[in-house]
Amino acid sequence: MSAPAQPGPVSIPAPRTPQRSSQRSNVELYSWLFMRVSGVVLIFLVLGHLFIMNILDGGVQRINFAFVAGRWSSPFWQTWDLLMLWLAMIHGTNGMRTIINDYAERDQTRFWLKMLLYVASGFTVLLGTLVIFTFDPNIG
Amino acid sequence: MASLPVGTLYRGGDGMWTWVLHRITGVSVFFFLLVHVLDTALMRVSPESYDLVIASYKTPIVNLLEVGLVGAVLYHALNGLRIILIDFWAKGPRYQRQMTWAIATVWFVLMLPGAFFMLKHTFEAMFGSTS
Repeated sequence: MSAPAQPGPVSIPAPRTPQRSSQRSNVELYSWLFMRVSGVVLIFLVLGHLFIMNILDGGVQRINFAFVAGRWSSPFWQTWDLLMLWLAMIHGTNGMRTIINDYAERDQTRFWLKMLLYVASGFTVLLGTLVIFTFDPNIG
Repeated sequence: MASLPVGTLYRGGDGMWTWVLHRITGVSVFFFLLVHVLDTALMRVSPESYDLVIASYKTPIVNLLEVGLVGAVLYHALNGLRIILIDFWAKGPRYQRQMTWAIATVWFVLMLPGAFFMLKHTFEAMFGSTS
Protein backbone atom coordinates (compact mmCIF):
# COMPACT_ATOMS: atom_id res chain seq x y z
CA MET A 1 0.00 0.00 0.00
CA SER A 2 1.09 3.56 -0.65
CA ALA A 3 1.80 6.00 2.15
CA PRO A 4 -1.24 7.68 3.66
CA ALA A 5 -2.26 10.95 2.02
CA GLN A 6 -1.26 14.15 3.73
CA PRO A 7 -3.91 15.25 6.18
CA GLY A 8 -5.74 18.19 4.67
CA PRO A 9 -8.15 20.78 5.96
CA VAL A 10 -11.22 18.98 7.20
CA SER A 11 -14.25 21.21 7.50
CA ILE A 12 -15.68 19.56 10.57
CA PRO A 13 -16.03 21.85 13.56
CA ALA A 14 -13.82 21.27 16.57
CA PRO A 15 -15.38 19.69 19.63
CA ARG A 16 -17.33 22.12 21.84
CA THR A 17 -17.79 24.58 19.00
CA PRO A 18 -20.85 26.67 19.97
CA GLN A 19 -24.05 25.92 18.07
CA ARG A 20 -24.24 28.09 14.98
CA SER A 21 -27.98 27.84 14.66
CA SER A 22 -30.23 29.15 17.40
CA GLN A 23 -33.11 26.80 16.63
CA ARG A 24 -32.18 23.28 17.68
CA SER A 25 -34.24 20.30 16.65
CA ASN A 26 -34.26 16.73 17.85
CA VAL A 27 -35.24 15.31 14.45
CA GLU A 28 -31.82 13.77 13.80
CA LEU A 29 -31.81 12.22 17.29
CA TYR A 30 -35.19 10.58 16.68
CA SER A 31 -34.02 9.46 13.23
CA TRP A 32 -30.91 7.89 14.81
CA LEU A 33 -33.03 6.18 17.49
CA PHE A 34 -35.60 4.99 14.95
CA MET A 35 -32.89 3.23 12.91
CA ARG A 36 -31.88 1.19 15.97
CA VAL A 37 -35.39 0.36 17.21
CA SER A 38 -36.80 -0.47 13.76
CA GLY A 39 -33.60 -2.36 12.95
CA VAL A 40 -34.11 -4.76 15.86
CA VAL A 41 -37.75 -5.38 14.90
CA LEU A 42 -36.80 -5.84 11.24
CA ILE A 43 -34.22 -8.48 12.15
CA PHE A 44 -37.07 -10.74 13.26
CA LEU A 45 -39.55 -9.73 10.54
CA VAL A 46 -37.15 -9.81 7.56
CA LEU A 47 -34.99 -12.78 8.54
CA GLY A 48 -38.19 -14.71 9.35
CA HIS A 49 -39.62 -13.71 5.96
CA LEU A 50 -36.45 -14.73 4.11
CA PHE A 51 -36.26 -18.04 5.98
CA ILE A 52 -39.87 -18.96 5.15
CA MET A 53 -39.85 -17.70 1.55
CA ASN A 54 -36.33 -18.67 0.44
CA ILE A 55 -35.07 -21.56 2.56
CA LEU A 56 -37.87 -23.53 4.22
CA ASP A 57 -39.49 -26.43 2.38
CA GLY A 58 -38.31 -25.79 -1.19
CA GLY A 59 -37.90 -22.03 -0.78
CA VAL A 60 -38.71 -19.84 -3.77
CA GLN A 61 -39.73 -22.84 -5.90
CA ARG A 62 -43.00 -23.28 -4.00
CA ILE A 63 -44.06 -19.62 -4.21
CA ASN A 64 -46.97 -18.80 -6.53
CA PHE A 65 -50.28 -16.91 -6.45
CA ALA A 66 -52.01 -19.63 -4.41
CA PHE A 67 -49.20 -19.76 -1.84
CA VAL A 68 -49.28 -16.00 -1.21
CA ALA A 69 -53.10 -15.94 -1.30
CA GLY A 70 -53.13 -18.63 1.40
CA ARG A 71 -50.77 -16.62 3.58
CA TRP A 72 -52.77 -13.41 3.18
CA SER A 73 -55.96 -15.19 4.25
CA SER A 74 -54.46 -15.01 7.74
CA PRO A 75 -54.54 -11.67 9.61
CA PHE A 76 -51.28 -12.73 11.27
CA TRP A 77 -49.29 -12.74 8.00
CA GLN A 78 -51.14 -9.65 6.73
CA THR A 79 -50.04 -7.79 9.85
CA TRP A 80 -46.51 -9.22 9.56
CA ASP A 81 -46.18 -8.08 5.95
CA LEU A 82 -47.73 -4.67 6.60
CA LEU A 83 -45.45 -3.95 9.56
CA MET A 84 -42.44 -5.22 7.62
CA LEU A 85 -43.35 -3.05 4.61
CA TRP A 86 -43.70 0.15 6.63
CA LEU A 87 -40.69 -0.36 8.90
CA ALA A 88 -38.39 -1.49 6.09
CA MET A 89 -39.44 1.35 3.79
CA ILE A 90 -39.02 4.05 6.46
CA HIS A 91 -35.73 2.50 7.64
CA GLY A 92 -34.45 2.27 4.05
CA THR A 93 -35.64 5.74 3.08
CA ASN A 94 -33.99 7.24 6.14
CA GLY A 95 -30.76 5.42 5.30
CA MET A 96 -30.89 6.72 1.73
CA ARG A 97 -31.56 10.23 3.06
CA THR A 98 -28.41 9.99 5.17
CA ILE A 99 -26.37 8.82 2.19
CA ILE A 100 -27.71 11.61 -0.06
CA ASN A 101 -26.86 14.15 2.65
CA ASP A 102 -23.34 12.70 2.83
CA TYR A 103 -22.44 12.57 -0.83
CA ALA A 104 -24.53 15.15 -2.73
CA GLU A 105 -22.67 18.40 -2.14
CA ARG A 106 -24.80 20.91 -4.08
CA ASP A 107 -27.94 22.10 -2.28
CA GLN A 108 -30.07 21.71 -5.41
CA THR A 109 -28.84 18.18 -6.07
CA ARG A 110 -29.44 17.16 -2.49
CA PHE A 111 -32.95 18.63 -2.49
CA TRP A 112 -34.10 17.00 -5.72
CA LEU A 113 -32.53 13.62 -4.95
CA LYS A 114 -34.42 13.59 -1.65
CA MET A 115 -37.66 14.66 -3.34
CA LEU A 116 -37.26 11.79 -5.81
CA LEU A 117 -36.55 9.43 -2.90
CA TYR A 118 -39.62 10.54 -0.92
CA VAL A 119 -41.95 10.29 -3.93
CA ALA A 120 -40.68 6.81 -4.82
CA SER A 121 -40.89 5.64 -1.20
CA GLY A 122 -44.33 7.13 -0.62
CA PHE A 123 -45.65 5.53 -3.80
CA THR A 124 -44.18 2.13 -2.86
CA VAL A 125 -45.55 2.18 0.70
CA LEU A 126 -49.04 3.19 -0.45
CA LEU A 127 -49.07 0.62 -3.26
CA GLY A 128 -47.92 -2.18 -0.94
CA THR A 129 -50.46 -1.23 1.73
CA LEU A 130 -53.25 -1.09 -0.86
CA VAL A 131 -52.33 -4.54 -2.19
CA ILE A 132 -52.28 -6.14 1.27
CA PHE A 133 -55.66 -4.63 2.24
CA THR A 134 -57.59 -4.90 -1.04
CA PHE A 135 -56.24 -8.27 -2.20
CA ASP A 136 -58.97 -10.52 -3.62
CA PRO A 137 -58.18 -14.28 -3.67
CA ASN A 138 -60.90 -14.93 -6.29
CA ILE A 139 -59.46 -12.50 -8.82
CA GLY A 140 -59.03 -13.56 -12.46
CA MET B 1 -22.48 18.08 4.55
CA ALA B 2 -18.77 18.35 5.25
CA SER B 3 -16.57 18.83 2.21
CA LEU B 4 -13.22 17.09 2.38
CA PRO B 5 -10.80 18.47 -0.22
CA VAL B 6 -7.88 16.34 0.97
CA GLY B 7 -7.86 13.42 3.36
CA THR B 8 -10.71 11.64 5.05
CA LEU B 9 -11.72 10.90 8.59
CA TYR B 10 -11.58 7.15 8.08
CA ARG B 11 -8.24 5.77 6.98
CA GLY B 12 -9.00 2.16 6.38
CA GLY B 13 -9.18 -0.61 8.90
CA ASP B 14 -12.02 -2.89 9.90
CA GLY B 15 -14.10 -0.06 11.34
CA MET B 16 -14.24 1.67 7.95
CA TRP B 17 -14.84 -1.43 5.88
CA THR B 18 -17.72 -2.70 8.05
CA TRP B 19 -19.26 0.78 7.62
CA VAL B 20 -18.72 0.78 3.82
CA LEU B 21 -20.24 -2.70 3.57
CA HIS B 22 -23.18 -1.60 5.73
CA ARG B 23 -23.92 1.22 3.25
CA ILE B 24 -23.50 -0.94 0.14
CA THR B 25 -25.73 -3.74 1.49
CA GLY B 26 -28.28 -1.18 2.75
CA VAL B 27 -28.60 0.59 -0.62
CA SER B 28 -28.76 -2.74 -2.51
CA VAL B 29 -31.50 -4.11 -0.27
CA PHE B 30 -33.45 -0.83 -0.52
CA PHE B 31 -33.52 -0.95 -4.34
CA PHE B 32 -34.53 -4.60 -4.26
CA LEU B 33 -37.31 -3.73 -1.82
CA LEU B 34 -38.78 -1.20 -4.30
CA VAL B 35 -38.79 -3.86 -7.03
CA HIS B 36 -40.12 -6.53 -4.67
CA VAL B 37 -43.16 -4.43 -3.65
CA LEU B 38 -43.87 -3.87 -7.35
CA ASP B 39 -43.71 -7.58 -8.23
CA THR B 40 -45.84 -8.48 -5.20
CA ALA B 41 -48.38 -5.84 -6.31
CA LEU B 42 -49.12 -8.17 -9.25
CA MET B 43 -51.03 -10.27 -6.68
CA ARG B 44 -53.68 -7.54 -7.10
CA VAL B 45 -53.64 -7.81 -10.93
CA SER B 46 -54.03 -11.49 -11.80
CA PRO B 47 -52.69 -14.93 -10.79
CA GLU B 48 -51.18 -15.32 -14.28
CA SER B 49 -49.15 -12.09 -14.16
CA TYR B 50 -47.91 -12.83 -10.62
CA ASP B 51 -46.88 -16.40 -11.45
CA LEU B 52 -45.17 -15.21 -14.64
CA VAL B 53 -42.93 -12.77 -12.78
CA ILE B 54 -42.30 -15.15 -9.87
CA ALA B 55 -41.13 -17.73 -12.42
CA SER B 56 -38.13 -15.48 -13.14
CA TYR B 57 -37.20 -15.68 -9.45
CA LYS B 58 -36.90 -19.46 -9.85
CA THR B 59 -34.33 -19.37 -12.67
CA PRO B 60 -30.73 -20.34 -11.79
CA ILE B 61 -29.21 -16.87 -12.21
CA VAL B 62 -31.86 -15.03 -10.17
CA ASN B 63 -31.72 -17.87 -7.62
CA LEU B 64 -28.01 -17.12 -7.20
CA LEU B 65 -28.80 -13.41 -6.84
CA GLU B 66 -31.24 -14.33 -4.05
CA VAL B 67 -28.37 -15.92 -2.15
CA GLY B 68 -26.56 -12.61 -2.54
CA LEU B 69 -29.63 -10.75 -1.29
CA VAL B 70 -29.96 -12.98 1.78
CA GLY B 71 -26.22 -12.57 2.42
CA ALA B 72 -26.54 -8.78 2.16
CA VAL B 73 -29.57 -8.65 4.48
CA LEU B 74 -27.88 -10.98 6.97
CA TYR B 75 -24.70 -8.88 7.04
CA HIS B 76 -26.74 -5.68 7.44
CA ALA B 77 -28.72 -7.26 10.30
CA LEU B 78 -25.66 -8.60 12.15
CA ASN B 79 -23.59 -5.45 11.70
CA GLY B 80 -26.63 -3.40 12.75
CA LEU B 81 -26.68 -5.37 16.02
CA ARG B 82 -22.96 -4.67 16.39
CA ILE B 83 -23.59 -0.93 15.88
CA ILE B 84 -26.37 -1.00 18.49
CA LEU B 85 -24.04 -2.74 20.96
CA ILE B 86 -21.29 -0.18 20.27
CA ASP B 87 -23.80 2.63 20.91
CA PHE B 88 -25.67 1.29 23.94
CA TRP B 89 -23.42 -1.29 25.65
CA ALA B 90 -20.83 0.35 27.88
CA LYS B 91 -18.12 -2.09 26.77
CA GLY B 92 -19.28 -2.07 23.12
CA PRO B 93 -16.60 0.26 21.72
CA ARG B 94 -13.86 -1.74 23.46
CA TYR B 95 -15.06 -5.02 21.96
CA GLN B 96 -16.04 -3.72 18.50
CA ARG B 97 -13.26 -5.68 16.77
CA GLN B 98 -14.15 -8.94 18.53
CA MET B 99 -17.78 -8.31 17.56
CA THR B 100 -16.69 -7.90 13.92
CA TRP B 101 -15.15 -11.38 14.05
CA ALA B 102 -18.21 -12.69 15.84
CA ILE B 103 -20.63 -11.45 13.16
CA ALA B 104 -18.36 -12.75 10.40
CA THR B 105 -18.44 -16.18 12.04
CA VAL B 106 -22.22 -16.13 12.54
CA TRP B 107 -22.64 -14.98 8.93
CA PHE B 108 -20.69 -17.96 7.57
CA VAL B 109 -22.34 -20.44 9.92
CA LEU B 110 -25.82 -19.32 8.79
CA MET B 111 -25.00 -18.74 5.11
CA LEU B 112 -23.45 -22.16 4.42
CA PRO B 113 -26.60 -24.21 5.15
CA GLY B 114 -28.78 -21.31 3.94
CA ALA B 115 -27.10 -21.18 0.52
CA PHE B 116 -27.25 -24.99 0.32
CA PHE B 117 -31.03 -25.11 0.77
CA MET B 118 -31.60 -22.08 -1.45
CA LEU B 119 -29.59 -23.56 -4.33
CA LYS B 120 -30.59 -27.21 -3.85
CA HIS B 121 -33.37 -27.18 -6.43
CA THR B 122 -31.27 -25.27 -8.97
CA PHE B 123 -28.41 -27.77 -8.64
CA GLU B 124 -30.78 -30.71 -9.02
CA ALA B 125 -32.44 -29.12 -12.05
CA MET B 126 -29.08 -28.45 -13.70
CA PHE B 127 -27.12 -31.57 -12.77
CA GLY B 128 -29.83 -34.10 -12.02
CA SER B 129 -31.21 -35.29 -8.72
CA THR B 130 -28.66 -36.74 -6.32
CA SER B 131 -31.16 -38.68 -4.24
